[in-house]
Amino acid sequence: MNTDLVLEARGLRKYFPTGASKMLQRPTDVVQAVDEVSFGLRRGTTLAIVGESGCGKSTLGRLLARLIEPTAGSVLLDGKDITKASSRELLALRRDIQVVFQDPYACLNPRHSIGQSIGTPIRIQKTLSRADEKARVRELMALVGLNPEHYNRFPHEFSGGQRQRAGIARALALQPKVIIADEPVSALDVSIQAQILNLMEDLQSSMGLSYVFIAHDLSVVRHIADQVAVMYLGKIVEIGDPTAVYERSAHPYTKALLSAVPVADPKGAGERKRIVLSGDVPSPVNPPSGCRFRTRCPKAEARCAAEEPLLIEREAGHQVACHFPL
Amino acid sequence: MTLLSVRDLNVTFGTPEGDVRAVQGVSFDIEPGETVAIVGESGSGKSVTANSLLRLNFGADVRISGEILLEGRDVLTMTEDEVRSVRGSDMAMIFQDPLTALNPFYTVGRQIGEAYAIHHPGATKKELREIALNSLEKVGIPEPLKRVDQYPHEFSGGMRQRIVIAMALVNNPKILIADEPTTALDVTVQAQILELIAEMQAQHGSAVILITHDLGVVAEITERVMVMYAGRVVESASVENTFAVPTHPYTRGLLKSVKSLDTARHERLEPIPGTPPSLIKLPSGCPFHPRCAFADSLGGRCSSEAPELRIVGSSRSACHLPDERLLGLMGGAS
Repeated sequence: MNTDLVLEARGLRKYFPTGASKMLQRPTDVVQAVDEVSFGLRRGTTLAIVGESGCGKSTLGRLLARLIEPTAGSVLLDGKDITKASSRELLALRRDIQVVFQDPYACLNPRHSIGQSIGTPIRIQKTLSRADEKARVRELMALVGLNPEHYNRFPHEFSGGQRQRAGIARALALQPKVIIADEPVSALDVSIQAQILNLMEDLQSSMGLSYVFIAHDLSVVRHIADQVAVMYLGKIVEIGDPTAVYERSAHPYTKALLSAVPVADPKGAGERKRIVLSGDVPSPVNPPSGCRFRTRCPKAEARCAAEEPLLIEREAGHQVACHFPL
Repeated sequence: MTLLSVRDLNVTFGTPEGDVRAVQGVSFDIEPGETVAIVGESGSGKSVTANSLLRLNFGADVRISGEILLEGRDVLTMTEDEVRSVRGSDMAMIFQDPLTALNPFYTVGRQIGEAYAIHHPGATKKELREIALNSLEKVGIPEPLKRVDQYPHEFSGGMRQRIVIAMALVNNPKILIADEPTTALDVTVQAQILELIAEMQAQHGSAVILITHDLGVVAEITERVMVMYAGRVVESASVENTFAVPTHPYTRGLLKSVKSLDTARHERLEPIPGTPPSLIKLPSGCPFHPRCAFADSLGGRCSSEAPELRIVGSSRSACHLPDERLLGLMGGAS
């Protein structure tokens, strides 16, 4: 066992039954939201999971936090399988894995003061007395850049960026080992995004946190990740350190995704070669046979429909699932 | 003649909490066929400005002043019938969310046909269908013969935005206003839609006003950029100058906080401190001064006197800093 890994996913799979749900009839279709996903998160580092809507990245995040149960596979926290944890063990587990959600408006109870919301995990876990809780919450508020005087204010009195700070403070309340951040900055204005990213980096280095950072924005990821996993229709198609994935992308999908990002540089706009993918992401209900990307891939051949490519190491720490890597 | 000339536009919404001054003293010109971006964060007034052009600002207590001259005719003083004849034919709009922009109960073909029929009352059913089919084909919808009779829910997000674009272009508008047309879409689909807008513009020769918060999108397809902050235009420049020599501290801040694909791992971003002001209680003087790194260097001037747009180099900027400092903003010293 590699003790360096704080969180590990092994063959994770999540299928959602769907389709004609006539009474007492078995559902006919399954959405293969996450299929055979494996990776390891090194302690104190950030793993980014990138993909377009419907690729299964948020489902994967929820599996890692055990907010939902996997259909198959396991999640290991410090080497211990948490997929089989009993409800009592699960309560303890929540101290180690916390989640920061995308929508800072929806993740706070509008009827609770910001201080109450941040202290909720402490009350549930009963780690501190009421008096100590208040002091701790004020400490947390100062830590994330909120004014502790605002303890009794309600979410509607805060801006989006401040609410996201509160969401982060709540996730930190139990001093977790791992934080799953599901698109923590996508709902925020550009000038505020940078504030939150800097805050997350500061907290990581001061508290030794490990992040799973879910994003659809490749430029954000480049900035904060130590490892990047690109997902397409429930599968990881490429994973590696950011330099490898961004500069030596081997999967045609990664390449297309990178070339599609609008660059804030008018000089380069005309010269850059853009690969515009045709069509949309197919339905995950009946994904294409073989390689799931083949229907949109400019390089697809007969083999791609017949045989599913496996994640294969291309260079140290850089894996690609493609029959004809670039 | 200038195609569209906006002069001293002010939009205020009365609310129980007080007056929201959404747009203040905004002026700009649009020439035929050009692409202009209005950039800003939420609450900067960019969408309110766009909506005003078509007089789409509804509400019990909306006060608009100034002039919006479309080929010399003021949109703001037109009768309701006159405005209706302008909407969709002279100026058309693409909205951010294609799902709410389409009626779920009608087939897409019928909706495109309807957009045409409003300005061509004599058109027959057969003609309308023909036009819908052509439009779908033009915006790249595969199998238009089958798709024309389908409903919005049967299309993906990117396809729906194509349909909204088809509807907007069906009357060959002189100005196409696109309010965050790709914000709700995935990157790979966003690339398709931006390409389509540029292609359609080349074909139709329409001017495009692109409203966005994404500087990347701006760099891709526009020629001129207006940056808005707290209801005012703070900088107006060519796209090259906006990125290379921004002449307003806010524009500089925006550029510095953008993460690029080349940013090195853990390279420190330079965020703009604080948050945008409330439009009900705007700061005195320059609305950006509480967040501006340069405000202190000018004594109290920034908090007492609102700067007007003036020519700085080849751009226009609303800032009190002397020209040479504004032109050297990206140089370093903050």
